[in-house]
Amino acid sequence: MNPEYLTALILGGLTRGSIYALIALGYTMVYGIIQLINFAHGEIYMIGAFTGLIVSTVLTMHGMPGFGVVFFAAAAAIIYACCYGYTLEKIAYKPLRHAPRLSVLISAIGMSLFFQNYVLLAQTSNFLPFPGLIPDFEFWKPYSHVMSATELVIIVTTAIVMVLLTLLIKFTRIGKAMRATSQDKIMASLLGINVNQIISITFIVGSATAAIGGLLIASHTGQINAYMGFLVGIKAFVAAVLGGIGSIPGAVLGAFVLGLSESVFTGYVSSDYEDVFAFLILVLILIFRPSGILGRDQTQKV
Amino acid sequence: MTSILDVKNLTLDFGGLRAIDHLNLTVNKGEIAALIGPNGAGKTSFFNCITGIYKPTAGEIFLTCRNGEKERINGLKPNLVTRKGMARTFQNIRLFSSMTVLENVMIGCHSITHAGILGAVFKDAATRKEEKYIVDKSYSILKTLELERFVNELAVNLPYGAQRLLEIARAMATDPQLLLLDEPAAGMNPTETRRLDDMILKIRDEKGIAILLIEHDMKLVMRISETIHVVDYGKKIGEGTPEEIRNHPVVIKAYLGEDIHA
Repeated sequence: MNPEYLTALILGGLTRGSIYALIALGYTMVYGIIQLINFAHGEIYMIGAFTGLIVSTVLTMHGMPGFGVVFFAAAAAIIYACCYGYTLEKIAYKPLRHAPRLSVLISAIGMSLFFQNYVLLAQTSNFLPFPGLIPDFEFWKPYSHVMSATELVIIVTTAIVMVLLTLLIKFTRIGKAMRATSQDKIMASLLGINVNQIISITFIVGSATAAIGGLLIASHTGQINAYMGFLVGIKAFVAAVLGGIGSIPGAVLGAFVLGLSESVFTGYVSSDYEDVFAFLILVLILIFRPSGILGRDQTQKV
Repeated sequence: MTSILDVKNLTLDFGGLRAIDHLNLTVNKGEIAALIGPNGAGKTSFFNCITGIYKPTAGEIFLTCRNGEKERINGLKPNLVTRKGMARTFQNIRLFSSMTVLENVMIGCHSITHAGILGAVFKDAATRKEEKYIVDKSYSILKTLELERFVNELAVNLPYGAQRLLEIARAMATDPQLLLLDEPAAGMNPTETRRLDDMILKIRDEKGIAILLIEHDMKLVMRISETIHVVDYGKKIGEGTPEEIRNHPVVIKAYLGEDIHA
């Protein structure tokens, strides 16, 4: 066994895991608060990447320097994705707040298909090249044979987002209101919390992390298309289930477990069966530990 | 005496079932009132109507808000009703079980605070001041209800009686003018009930909060309430002081049934 090869696989796994984590957070937060699997979440990530591409291309054409392009492309992608997430909830989920859960789930799948086809129509069905937004940092040059600068940025950004999100949820007034809403909506509203507003904020935060993920992965792989959100979305969902859906640390843990094991599997077994492997994990988890690694057992009082 | 809650001709239908039937009820400032009646009489539905969880079919609900103005509150969302100065507890315990006792009470302060995400990230002076204010306030409420020794425990780990008191503490954190208690003594042993009596009187005397409670423990009701409203099949069948209610023929009939020898 070659240690350098293994290190490369592990670093690749961490990068993968980071992206899954950024998206899985959106799934798990939305599930935690309204018990809905938001299948259109992967599309929000795709829309974030497309927005980033459009804005960065326009800005580069006008001769803006690299860092400005990154900043404005990221800001535009995040804001645009947040608008989509907010509107999505208001249009497709809020009217179904008291409907059976299956109706909302179907609405979510419908929105996912709608967004994919909307981007197909408005943009293109081809793969588009995505500019490498992240520069090769001077200080990182000596280590770039181990891990590229892009991978470093992905891991660091993910870590920062995780810390900020934990602070938001643990220590802020909004975070407390989110936790209260996820535990008991009626009680939360009786304590003066505007539940609809908290749900909107949850969608906005989830969309922002998805957009960040979209931008990072697009500049890592160098190409995007309208279907990019589908598979990554499903895999992030696997990660969220793996960690215990509804739990935020669970989503992060699940994402890294999935990313690392996928990476090691592709490295030592076969890269053709990469996706099969991810879903095999999902099946095994659903059979042996349906509540996930950190999920609480769903016992119901009768 | 000025009233704090005025309910006029409140009616609530569930399909063909009339749960509340033209109910009139007034609670005065600083009063302890009780709402009693047999099971299924519509007491909890009444609470759900006035706190905005159910939309009443007909009728008017007026609440005297903090600024002293009378406002019509039918159809307002629960969070807005709470902001106007009415808080409640439930029959069953609905604490946020994975949060600490202090956090549970702090959540109740949500409506009277403003700090947003930016404030929480940068911790500016105003945010820190507000945070300190909330912690102090929550702590003092816990002290009033003698729960301060549990302050950092998870709510789920508290003994049953303390959990019920914590529900009241959390409701008090919203700064209510009127506190609705739905069977606060349910499941409590006689000692705990006795303590609850004292607490309810203390809340009224110290904070001047009016209280309307639903309760099946007649001893507690008779001991602490000044006015008792009796409902049956959604209709009000009696109103008066504990003494009057005890001897009210219609009330006795509703509770004990008709005398078969009569």
